[in-house]
Amino acid sequence: MLLDASHLWKVYGEGDARVEALRDVCLSVEAGEFVAIMGPSGSGKSTLMNLLGCLDKPTRGTYRVEGEDVSRLSATDLAHRRNRTLGFVFQAFNLLPRTSALANVQLPMLYAGVPSKELERRARAALERVGLGDRLSHLPSELSGGQQQRVAIARAIVNRPKVILADEPTGNLDSKTSAQILELFQQLRDEGLTILYVTHEPDVAEYASRLVVVKDGRIAQDGPQTPKQAGPGVAA
Amino acid sequence: MNTWRTLAVALQALTRNLTRSLLTVLGVIIGVAAVIAMVSLGEGAKAKVAKTFESMGTDMLTVFSGSSFAGGARGGAGSQPTLTWDDLGAIRAMENVSMAAPQLSSQGQLVSPTANWNSRVTGTTPEWFHIRNWSLASGRFFEAADEAGGRAVAVLGKTVSDALFGEGVDPVGQTVRVNRVPFQVVGLLASKGSSAFGMDNDDVIVVPATTFNRRISGGLSKYLQGVIVVQASSGQTDAVRADLSALLRTRHKLRDDAEDDFAVRDLADIAQAQQQSAQTITSLLAGVALVSLIVGGIGIMNIMLVSVTERTREIGLRMSVGATPSNVLMQFLLEAMTLSVLGGLIGIALGLGAGQVMAMKFGFPVAVRPDVVVLAVVVSAAVGIGFGLYPARKASLLEPIAALRYE
Repeated sequence: MLLDASHLWKVYGEGDARVEALRDVCLSVEAGEFVAIMGPSGSGKSTLMNLLGCLDKPTRGTYRVEGEDVSRLSATDLAHRRNRTLGFVFQAFNLLPRTSALANVQLPMLYAGVPSKELERRARAALERVGLGDRLSHLPSELSGGQQQRVAIARAIVNRPKVILADEPTGNLDSKTSAQILELFQQLRDEGLTILYVTHEPDVAEYASRLVVVKDGRIAQDGPQTPKQAGPGVAA
Repeated sequence: MNTWRTLAVALQALTRNLTRSLLTVLGVIIGVAAVIAMVSLGEGAKAKVAKTFESMGTDMLTVFSGSSFAGGARGGAGSQPTLTWDDLGAIRAMENVSMAAPQLSSQGQLVSPTANWNSRVTGTTPEWFHIRNWSLASGRFFEAADEAGGRAVAVLGKTVSDALFGEGVDPVGQTVRVNRVPFQVVGLLASKGSSAFGMDNDDVIVVPATTFNRRISGGLSKYLQGVIVVQASSGQTDAVRADLSALLRTRHKLRDDAEDDFAVRDLADIAQAQQQSAQTITSLLAGVALVSLIVGGIGIMNIMLVSVTERTREIGLRMSVGATPSNVLMQFLLEAMTLSVLGGLIGIALGLGAGQVMAMKFGFPVAVRPDVVVLAVVVSAAVGIGFGLYPARKASLLEPIAALRYE
């Protein structure tokens, strides 16, 4: 089992201000799965995503990544875990401003100790993989939203992680560009990556092969679905 | 992540905000430049004081006769002549003594064909001009032959010449009467201005010692009516001073429990006092400059704090892609240090330049203290670490998820 969360609780605040963001959530993900986590805002889906991404620690419960219990790891060990096993894609892209696409993509490798001579080659390969081989030296401000998200995806895959975690990856994009991004995810899944993404839009969730619905901090529905196929003529 | 790579990341972050980085650095530049320039200036002043004393002769010693003792009242130095012409000869033969000359003094009324003037008449030997660092404006010094022959020749100081023969007139070849004895003027001394004690060095007329004894102030044949000035070899003043005492005590046959019947003085004490006051000024200037360096450091801390707040999302992102808390700490620390060291280096260049310009303006010799330059670099790096640590630590303690969500 690649990711294995059992009986996760996440509680914020105390007394009257106590909020149970997650209540007794169990979720297992096998390698190669393509999972959409859907739910209305405030349902706890982002909290779940942060826990799965080792960005946050659960209040209770255990979470194993590749069999290792990470719910009690130190901040430094969690950072190593994020660096090597996980790749993140954010709604707001979160690229470094005034920094070229190539340098942005190199960022995770800097923290992984990749040799200097390999940095550029691998970053270039990752950008070519997402279809931006001709935009290497462009700054984020010179790229469209869809292109920026592709740079972010290149950054997420450049360290060869096992899992891509995407938090509302299409939230800032129009529907056509969104479709392109989701089809890129499908291709990456076909190449062996495991992908989880959070969305609140049902038509975005349709691209995944497994749908998890979160409501009021609990998993309300979890099952396989037939994914929507990539349309013809879509660049990847 | 190794340090070089962290440094590269820090430099990248700094160049992304170039204008702000340069303005931040400005505080340190001014601080370091001020320290270097002020210390250079102070050192220059010190060197100038030292040079001034050199022109008076720091290696010069003066030997006075003893004091008289009559009816319970002691006279001043030289009131009892105890130094003999033979003492002078013995001193001249001493090791580490390069020159020695008698210096006989009396006041005299000087008369030229057109004017008269009262001045100090000095009787001496030719060595005296060298010991006292005189140079000529015109003519010549009198020579050993003049001295041996007791010739009536005189060398005038500028003040005396101006008073007797008029401003700017060359007196060489003219005759001046000293206490009604005619002397031929053979030389005019270059002006030395006033002494450190406010006396006019140029108000002087110098004649051979033998002539002085015979024609101006009839002295005792054995005793020398004045002082002996001694030029020690460079840096040997203290040794010569001790040797002089021993020599004169032996020559004067003083018992072990008897007081000296002579006195030896040098300029080292005065020179030291002057150097010390210059040192105090240097320290004061450096202290003020150091304060401005600290102000520059606070400027760095301020900007780094703003930077941490402003770049919270960037920090969150770095953490999400694998930066550990210590990676983040090092990055911000290196950013602060880069700013301060860069400021330090530019400040050194600027400070040295400013020191150079001020030295020229004030006529000081340029004096750069390498230790101060090294200190400035160390202090500016320390400022970077000291004032960068708090913002850097603040950044490293951010929760990745809170940082990512920061608006």
